Amino acid sequence: MAMPVSYYLRTSKMPHIWCAGCGHGIVLGAVLRAIDSLGLDKDQVCVVSGIGCASRAPGYLDFNTLHTTHGRAIAFATGIKMVKPEMKVIVLTGDGDAAAIGGNHLIHAARRNIGIATVCFNNSIYGMTNGQYSPMTPTGSYASTAPYGNIEEPFDLCDLVYAAGASYVARGSAYHAILLWKLIAKAIATDGFSFVEAITQCPTYYGRRNKMRSAVEMLKWQKEHGVTVAGAAKMPAEDLAGKFRIGELGARTRPEYTRRYAAIIDAAQRGEGGERDA
Amino acid sequence: MPSKAGARLMQGNEACAEGAMAAGLRFFAGYPITPSTEIAEELALLLPKAGGKFIQMEDEIASISAIIGASLAGAKAMTATSGPGFSLKQEGIGFASYTEVPCVIVNVQRVGPSTGVPTAPAQGDVMQARWGTHGDHPIVVLCPSSVAETFALIIEAFNISERWRMPVVFLMDEVVAHMREKVTVPDVSQIAVAERPRPQVSPEQYLPYAAGEDLVPPMADYGTGYRYHVTGLTHDQTGFPTTKRIEVDALTRRLDAKMRMAAPHVTFVDEILVDDAEVVVFAYGITARAASRAVRDARAQGLKAGLIKAKTLWPFPDEHVRKAAERARAIVVPEMNMGQLVREVERAAAGRARVVGLSRVDAEPITPDEILARLREV
Repeated sequence: MAMPVSYYLRTSKMPHIWCAGCGHGIVLGAVLRAIDSLGLDKDQVCVVSGIGCASRAPGYLDFNTLHTTHGRAIAFATGIKMVKPEMKVIVLTGDGDAAAIGGNHLIHAARRNIGIATVCFNNSIYGMTNGQYSPMTPTGSYASTAPYGNIEEPFDLCDLVYAAGASYVARGSAYHAILLWKLIAKAIATDGFSFVEAITQCPTYYGRRNKMRSAVEMLKWQKEHGVTVAGAAKMPAEDLAGKFRIGELGARTRPEYTRRYAAIIDAAQRGEGGERDA
Repeated sequence: MPSKAGARLMQGNEACAEGAMAAGLRFFAGYPITPSTEIAEELALLLPKAGGKFIQMEDEIASISAIIGASLAGAKAMTATSGPGFSLKQEGIGFASYTEVPCVIVNVQRVGPSTGVPTAPAQGDVMQARWGTHGDHPIVVLCPSSVAETFALIIEAFNISERWRMPVVFLMDEVVAHMREKVTVPDVSQIAVAERPRPQVSPEQYLPYAAGEDLVPPMADYGTGYRYHVTGLTHDQTGFPTTKRIEVDALTRRLDAKMRMAAPHVTFVDEILVDDAEVVVFAYGITARAASRAVRDARAQGLKAGLIKAKTLWPFPDEHVRKAAERARAIVVPEMNMGQLVREVERAAAGRARVVGLSRVDAEPITPDEILARLREV
């Protein structure tokens, strides 16, 4: 690693808003180590977020940064990437932001395979608004809006995004921080849409209501429930129940969207195509 | 890459697209919706020829979001929609207004609310265009009444948006959007095109929301070495969030003052035979065409009538109404809604003249005869 993490931080904007024990700092550290390991020019990195705890991250980062409306970060990022395909565009989002209100943008960006790297900080809860259940809250968990227990099933976000067409999907956790860094680095280097789900802890609003009162307990839970892709392949399905797979979950080569559009521009400027009723 | 100079037969939506290209549009994001769709279809064809980018997004909200991102990356950007889509875009419009990101939002009005009559005209979105997003915010709303005016006025929409760093709503109606008329496209050298103010200082000295005397902060494009923060949270001059009362107050007041400073430069009103008029029509959009005919017919019958044709609806052209109200005994305000701008006319007239509305909401345009009859009554 060439530079300390602080090189990429707007340290004058600290202290951050995250609670004691929150895992978001660990995930953000992994994002910055990934950027550093790729040797990216800060001027050519754009970090975009929506609304929620995770989405406050760009304010602390010394890049071109954009804190948008709830759920729409990927759509804003699409406009940036289209105009400046040479820039590295990274979306930082939470589970509510990406999987609920922003779910449509997530699957369509994956379908287009536009060159945006998305890191979803999944803490299983809406933290900023005091702990309502999200599309990623496990069934049976408690939340301020699920006082009798959550009856909904969560998404497998990585499977969803890969099925929609992304070039790269992976999952890590705050506990598996070094793996997470490596996965995010691969995601950012991907020529196409990439998605990393980072399992992280919210002791304040998730842990407290679900018999894991401390960050340490929650990190232990991540350690005990994260199973590597190779490990999972050898396990019977019933042993995998309640566990989550970590590592690279999908990687393939598909044409990237802005490259495809560049070919449209070339053709249009050569006078080819563009017929209304061919 | 504006179209070739000279006279052409154009549809209103086509003129909107061609005018936007002449103004320097380089990014369009949209979602199919009647009766605005031809704008997207035209730009899908034209933009790549000019090296610009077109994208059909997954929904209306994605479209407004994408154009704001594109504008921050340095491109002149636009989206186009109609009724229901305009409702969906409101949060994004508020974001662009508060973060001062230039962009143009075309709304081709149709009968509403809800799905309404998608193929028929109305003027029901005038107040929504002003106040559709939550919170105090500045916005400019322009409204053309012909195809030629659409071409010329959409260029002004971009110029205002870039010069003053604010979203501009371009409020068309289904009749203007779909009728075909002659447009004389000027030579490219005759088209004045404005650019956003860009920073004259080094990145180290750049304060992204510090404004000079014109109250417009210079705007750096992403990726040009000015690494700054943009947020929809209330922000100070550095662009970072603040909850300090003095700074919260300062931002809303500066944006309001900027709008007041811009007002004389963004107010386009045609006054026709108003000077000696005893009765005046205040009209906009397609209704102004019928009003123009009604005024001529009234004059032919010996009634001294005049027309205030507002091409800028917001900021509301108070001064034109006030002056007309001093001389005329009545102002008639025909609108294809249940009475939206009539209340603004009443406010600006301030009792100096009688103000009478004329509403039509049956999915048909108001006719010259209907306006003439009202002129003879008042």
